[in-house]
Amino acid sequence: MAKLTLDPRDTSTDTQELLSMYRLMVRVRRFEESLYRRYREGKIGGYLHRYDGEEALVAGVVPLLRRDDYILCTYRDHGHAISCGVPMREVMAELYGRVGGCAAGKGGSMHLIGPEYGFLGGDGIVGGPVPVALGVGYAIKMRGGDQVCVCYFGDGAINQGGVHESMNMAALYGVPVLFILENNGYAMGTAVERSTKQPDMVAKAAAHGIAGELIDAMDAQVVREAASRIIGHMRATHEPYFLEARCYRYVGHGVADNAQQQRFYREEGEIEQWKQRDPLASTRARLLELDALGEADERAMEAEVEAEIAEAVAFAEQSPEPPLDSLYENVFTESTGG
Amino acid sequence: MALMRYAEALRLAMAEEMERDPSVFICGEEVGQYQGTFRVTEGLMQRFGRDRVVDTPISEIGIAGMATGAAMAGLRPIAEFMTWSFALSAMDQIVNHAAKITYMSGGRIQCPVVFRGPAGTGNQLSAQHSQSLEAWFMHVPGLKVAMPATAADAKGLLKYAIRDPNPVIFMEHAGLYSQRGEVPEDPDFVIPFGKAAIVREGTDVTLVAYSHMVSTCLKAAVSLHDMGISAEVIDLRTLTPLDMETVLGSVAKTHRVVVTQEEWLNVGAAAEIAARIGELGFDDLDAPVLRVGGADVPMPYAKKLESAAIPNEQDVITAALRVTD
Repeated sequence: MAKLTLDPRDTSTDTQELLSMYRLMVRVRRFEESLYRRYREGKIGGYLHRYDGEEALVAGVVPLLRRDDYILCTYRDHGHAISCGVPMREVMAELYGRVGGCAAGKGGSMHLIGPEYGFLGGDGIVGGPVPVALGVGYAIKMRGGDQVCVCYFGDGAINQGGVHESMNMAALYGVPVLFILENNGYAMGTAVERSTKQPDMVAKAAAHGIAGELIDAMDAQVVREAASRIIGHMRATHEPYFLEARCYRYVGHGVADNAQQQRFYREEGEIEQWKQRDPLASTRARLLELDALGEADERAMEAEVEAEIAEAVAFAEQSPEPPLDSLYENVFTESTGG
Repeated sequence: MALMRYAEALRLAMAEEMERDPSVFICGEEVGQYQGTFRVTEGLMQRFGRDRVVDTPISEIGIAGMATGAAMAGLRPIAEFMTWSFALSAMDQIVNHAAKITYMSGGRIQCPVVFRGPAGTGNQLSAQHSQSLEAWFMHVPGLKVAMPATAADAKGLLKYAIRDPNPVIFMEHAGLYSQRGEVPEDPDFVIPFGKAAIVREGTDVTLVAYSHMVSTCLKAAVSLHDMGISAEVIDLRTLTPLDMETVLGSVAKTHRVVVTQEEWLNVGAAAEIAARIGELGFDDLDAPVLRVGGADVPMPYAKKLESAAIPNEQDVITAALRVTD
């Protein structure tokens, strides 16, 4: 791994912020665990891509954004939706395929959405959200605001042509898109070094004239400090920026990528090694050090999160399936007749 | 009314809509400084500035994504493809993103984007530049498809496309760009989608057409008239939505129909229209529905071969004579 640009032990982040990031990461982690159980029970269909291990990347960035900013991400989008403010119950109901879901049951796990929170959705196509983000950024530029568009994409996407077309154009026009490469090491089962001879992602962005840096995304504090500085800079300059965020997913690409399957591409003991630097554990340790998280606080936090999830499940269970006559709704938006 | 070329009518439509709505902008290759490959956007950059008439690199995925994303964020982009042949690399953005986002979001996101540019055959441009592929886009739920045949329709349909809250595939015919016609100057003139025009009335056979085939069918109708056959010619104007009501109404009168298209015949628009006539208007038919279309070959360069691959007036006459025999 290349040298990190920030000292991960820098503790300038405010304790309250740290606590709030920790809480968000706990919500995302417990939610993913719950989704997996629901999936195993057959309550959730389709694909299920979990974010376990990568939580710092949403917790350190999304709370810094305003309601009028925009976020786009990949199909590994449950944590992004929740972090943006989409109610957990709406996400759960969406995965249940119910009418109370954030996309009324029409999108599913990969297409969570929350336009009123600036969340323009997950995307089922690797590299797909990046050209869209260019356009969102261009809209910001044309309107002349100081918003930013944050676009998450994976290390697999960096080899897609459209990603490079979009980065080139984002730099050319000067549009405020923060490209966040969630480098969890693997595009499904293909390690970064098996997919490119140039694994220096920051150099790839630099080739398009986009400034960038590499950060350790296993540490929520590091992510937050970088994101805070970068977003502030972008609001002033309106220029794009590139962040290569080194992280790791503890689970398979999707549910079908089980432990046995993962042996084909992961090294023995690799997951345990990364878990040593778990973003939840390290943030918790820091909070304990700062005496900001007592045993009772922690129990209360876990209980609150469990209650939120239980409420989301209850909501999804009782939310009706979409009526059959909604099948043909929303193919088109009704024209007002010019 | 003013006499103008099809390309000028398109330009007027865009200029009027850009004047009317500050959220409308154009992006594409050579649309600004170069004044448009086919002069369709001539003068617009000078008038509206570089931020609203955006020259892009040769990056069709980027162009389509830029337009799709800007539309999702509330603007009304017009993405120009230098030709529809070049749009093929942008299919993921058009089909998987622009066309589906409204449905995938349960109706919570709109995508009012226009993808436009020239298509069609007939200038010895050979295989990679002579096609329109409208059937591909007709096939995709969530996309509207317009293919104007006249200068007036070019203006009225493009204005409607820009105002429509959905993604629109707007296919112009390169061979029609210099054709002149009377065009309403009224800035409120729009032609709603899904309303076909009966461009010539007749009683013996219905000729269904769109884009360049409308003029081919009109010429055929004149010859057929001389042979004592009264042909009705329908210009569909849009393929999605498809105005089957007008087609079936005409078939109920003539009982005979030929569906024409310039594009490859195999699995083309005409096949869909013919199938629907069979399903919905079978009792009105006195003869099988015939199709006229392009030869199922990559377009050859040699003039003689190219001409043989493009459906012409004689092909339409032959089919009309077969169904009226």
